[in-house]
Amino acid sequence: MEADVFVAWFEAAARMVHDERDRLTRLDAAIGDADHGTNLDRGLTEVRAALDGSPPETPGQVLATAGATLIRRVGGASGPLYGSVFRQMAKSLESPVTLAGFAAAFEDGVVALERLGKAVPGDKTMVDALTPASRALALAVRDGVGVREAFRQAARAAEEGAKATIPMQARKGRASYLGERSVGHEDPGAASAALFMAALASVVA
Amino acid sequence: MKKLINTADSVVEDALNGMAAAHPSLLVRDRVVYRAEGPRAGKVGLVSGGGSGHEPLHVGFVGYGMLDAACPGEIFTSPVPDQIIDATRAVDGGAGVLHIVKNYTGDVLNFEMAAELVEDVRVASVLIDDDVAVQDSLYTAGRRGTGATLFVEKMAGALAEAGAPLDQVALVAGEVDERSRSFGIALTSCTTPHAGKPTFDLPDSDVELGIGIHGEPGRARGPMVSARELAGAAMEAIHGDLPLRGDLLVMVNGMGSTPLMELYIVFAEVAAFVKGKGARVARSLVGNYVTSLDMQGFSVSVCLLDDTLTRLWDAPVETPGLRWGR
Repeated sequence: MEADVFVAWFEAAARMVHDERDRLTRLDAAIGDADHGTNLDRGLTEVRAALDGSPPETPGQVLATAGATLIRRVGGASGPLYGSVFRQMAKSLESPVTLAGFAAAFEDGVVALERLGKAVPGDKTMVDALTPASRALALAVRDGVGVREAFRQAARAAEEGAKATIPMQARKGRASYLGERSVGHEDPGAASAALFMAALASVVA
Repeated sequence: MKKLINTADSVVEDALNGMAAAHPSLLVRDRVVYRAEGPRAGKVGLVSGGGSGHEPLHVGFVGYGMLDAACPGEIFTSPVPDQIIDATRAVDGGAGVLHIVKNYTGDVLNFEMAAELVEDVRVASVLIDDDVAVQDSLYTAGRRGTGATLFVEKMAGALAEAGAPLDQVALVAGEVDERSRSFGIALTSCTTPHAGKPTFDLPDSDVELGIGIHGEPGRARGPMVSARELAGAAMEAIHGDLPLRGDLLVMVNGMGSTPLMELYIVFAEVAAFVKGKGARVARSLVGNYVTSLDMQGFSVSVCLLDDTLTRLWDAPVETPGLRWGR
């Protein structure tokens, strides 16, 4: 995998988040403060601009630029949290990038996210989409599955993980203030995390 | 939606331009509001910040006796580390800087990141978590910072103005938070400029109990009853968590669209409740100070005073949002 795949990943994520902006904001209005779609859309627009301005030469540089931009421009919790995933991936990723290398770096990114957000699976956060995605990637590596199929399985696992947050009671983030009233709603962070994974699957044809 | 805005995207920028134009005592630069006169040598600098939409918090509390700088984020969204880094460096008069942070995941993350990156300035930080509607447990993100933020900014600001060192200012700031509790009730939701419609629907017959300050729903929904009963519910929640005793600072705060007359009606009930518990309203504040855009409703914040805190509260302050004694 070369840098262009990673640039395409963020371009696809920006497009998908923009298209789904209102749905993300609606999910956030139910159990949060109705700004997740707007903030992430703004952040990914900035990421695209940063990547357009000086196209990075390596996958690690793409991830580092995206991570730093999200941390510096989005604000809220989602900026630092997503930013930390990509910054950690940038540090962990070795070139040339293989599927196994990607899966390992992705797992490191999710660990960094859990550490920063102090969230674990079941807390009703983006972790609930990204942990199953990471597991799916690891299984794909073990089973010797191709990149395309591996990313598809990761996207499916993330989507299922996001939907699985619906019956959960939030224990982290703004939705946790609602207590039992957070049950019955999909977590907006898990939903946007699933979009990131769908975007990844869409760029490897 | 009808709002006095130009575009939804420029709301924060346009409001800051207005603040700069209205208050020559303020300097607005790169999304940070400063005192125009700059830092004073030897004085601890106070930096706070958070999402916009709570005005006058925090930007309206920049000035003599309170904050040295405020970092406003987008509506209900914490500021980014760059703003906090700029503010921290700019207000340091050599005695270090106190970060006053409301306990929300985003605010905490962004202030932590900024504090780590400013290696050249001594930084202490205090976390405000006064909202009794949320139980501080493994099952929540912890209590929210709401009305007590104003108490902390005022009292820590007075102490810093008097020349106290950083560790002492931080200690007293934490003490004010520990001695303060708040509870909020909403009659309506609020409308963010981007969403264009209320964050949640609330029929005329209902209220939301235990709200925060971001237009999010509360802990429970209840029937719309008299001001006496609503004030009683808020005070019972506070008293149940921190029994009221001695001299109190009491704030009845409007959420943005509540007439002052109604806030005074609530205050009368709050004062009667305090008296009934054998405590005394020693200092009071009634008005819109920690708001949620155009939400209707109120919050009550109470601080158990002692002589030191009373003196710090009474000390002169001169900001756009709060001024006396100078």
